[in-house]
Amino acid sequence: MSRVCIIGAGIHRFGRTDGLSGLDQGVFAVRAALADAGVSWTDIQFAYGGSDSAGNPDTMVERLGLNGTQFINVKNGCATGGSALFSAQMAIKSGEFDLGLAVGFDKHPRGAFDAKPAEYNLPEWYGDAGFMVTTQFFAAKIMRYMHLYGISRRTLGMVAEKAFMNGVHAPHAWRREPVALDTILDAPMVSDPFTKYMFCSPGEGGVALVLASEKKARELGVKPIYLAAATMRTRPPASFEVFAPSIDIGGGTATATRLASAAAFEIAGIGPQDIDVAQLQDTEAGAEIMHMAENGFCNDGDQETWLAEGRTRINGQLPVNTDGGCLACGEPIGASGLRQVYENIVQLRGSGEGRQVPDSPRTAYSHVYGAPGVSAVTILKR
Amino acid sequence: MPSTRIVRESLKPAMHNSLFTDDDPVRLIGGRHRESGRIVFPCPADAAYEAVPLGRKGQLWSYTVQRFRPKSPPYAGPEAFEPWAIAYVELPGEVIVEAWLTDVAFEDIHIGMELELSPQPLGGNSSLIVPAFAPVKALAA
Repeated sequence: MSRVCIIGAGIHRFGRTDGLSGLDQGVFAVRAALADAGVSWTDIQFAYGGSDSAGNPDTMVERLGLNGTQFINVKNGCATGGSALFSAQMAIKSGEFDLGLAVGFDKHPRGAFDAKPAEYNLPEWYGDAGFMVTTQFFAAKIMRYMHLYGISRRTLGMVAEKAFMNGVHAPHAWRREPVALDTILDAPMVSDPFTKYMFCSPGEGGVALVLASEKKARELGVKPIYLAAATMRTRPPASFEVFAPSIDIGGGTATATRLASAAAFEIAGIGPQDIDVAQLQDTEAGAEIMHMAENGFCNDGDQETWLAEGRTRINGQLPVNTDGGCLACGEPIGASGLRQVYENIVQLRGSGEGRQVPDSPRTAYSHVYGAPGVSAVTILKR
Repeated sequence: MPSTRIVRESLKPAMHNSLFTDDDPVRLIGGRHRESGRIVFPCPADAAYEAVPLGRKGQLWSYTVQRFRPKSPPYAGPEAFEPWAIAYVELPGEVIVEAWLTDVAFEDIHIGMELELSPQPLGGNSSLIVPAFAPVKALAA
């Protein structure tokens, strides 16, 4: 079985780009990734493309070239990008293909996602009554977590403060201005305990990665980054997820994230203590806190100390969300998970400039989470 | 055994939507998985589950406050918006249910507080009755 290499990465900046469709941004990212890898579209044997609400990715062949390349669309909620990457690496691992592409893009309208009950197999009354709001879940989950493990609101504010600080140095980020901790904490409340600065917004963007077998990478003479693991999992019993009219007693501890994370570490043959830099789903400030523990990087409750000591800052023990994460970049669903991998590649290549993690990181971790309880994890090594 | 009659959708479609029994006071209808015994809410339209009335009292498991008017659709409440609290309520030995939290000032809400079922009309043009809980009234001295 071939090891899977990532030999090219491209991104279209996140945020709002008037005049460019989601697909345009995906095409932009593909061209950047191909140029980065030093290959052309006609060299590509297969592609997996993901978008949640910006159209069918395979229609981009019109723009890239009509040479008959196999192109499969992936639509898997918040794990769309991760699922495209998972599928692409399986194609290489199988030995069937040597060179392929994973691309994700999206363009969402302003404001919160407008999910409909039927899309999640829920009764209509649930939406009528105002429960079909993702922010409620994230707020209720962290409220319980803060109660159990003594996490303060100030710590949530520090997560957002760090995100905006890191975003300043990431050219692809949407929010590139620092925001003071007091401003974050004192801003209007969206869903208690979160203010508007503690939630990410649906946005736009595109990311593409070129994957190759080890043999092909050698042929091309590029210095690869190895995709040591890529996993995707759905929710276990007794989990607490987005859009949950009920939870099992004792629920809220088992999560799709824990499953995807454990599987990824097993496949990669390393543990959380071996990771040098991590991108963790930060739909809001509380998610980053909880995901630090769910992915095995600390124990529940340790986050209060970790944040106070700056351990997740760029120069900390485990830098987290070095490009500002979803809080600074926004969340175009189809592209979000691949943005994390892009940022990890930047870090492993040492080209992060103002946000570069010191001491030449060798391993990098990414994690997405979303409705209705899906999670995707990758581990990169160089 | 409670002599609970389950309200069928065909009998009271708009009013209860199969969420409540017609006991007085009403109870939520959950679904018990016939094999595993796991209880969920609402009761799925699935032969693997049997409808069961849920306890009326429980403790606050977690909560938040909805500070902005949710998008319509799907939200079908009145145009005029006042923030409301949302609760997850642990019904001992059964399940944790999501519901509105009423009759309490936001600053007085705390995890673990004792609550009882107190359904509320959605209002506006909707006839929906929404599952809701309110603090258990302290017994008069």
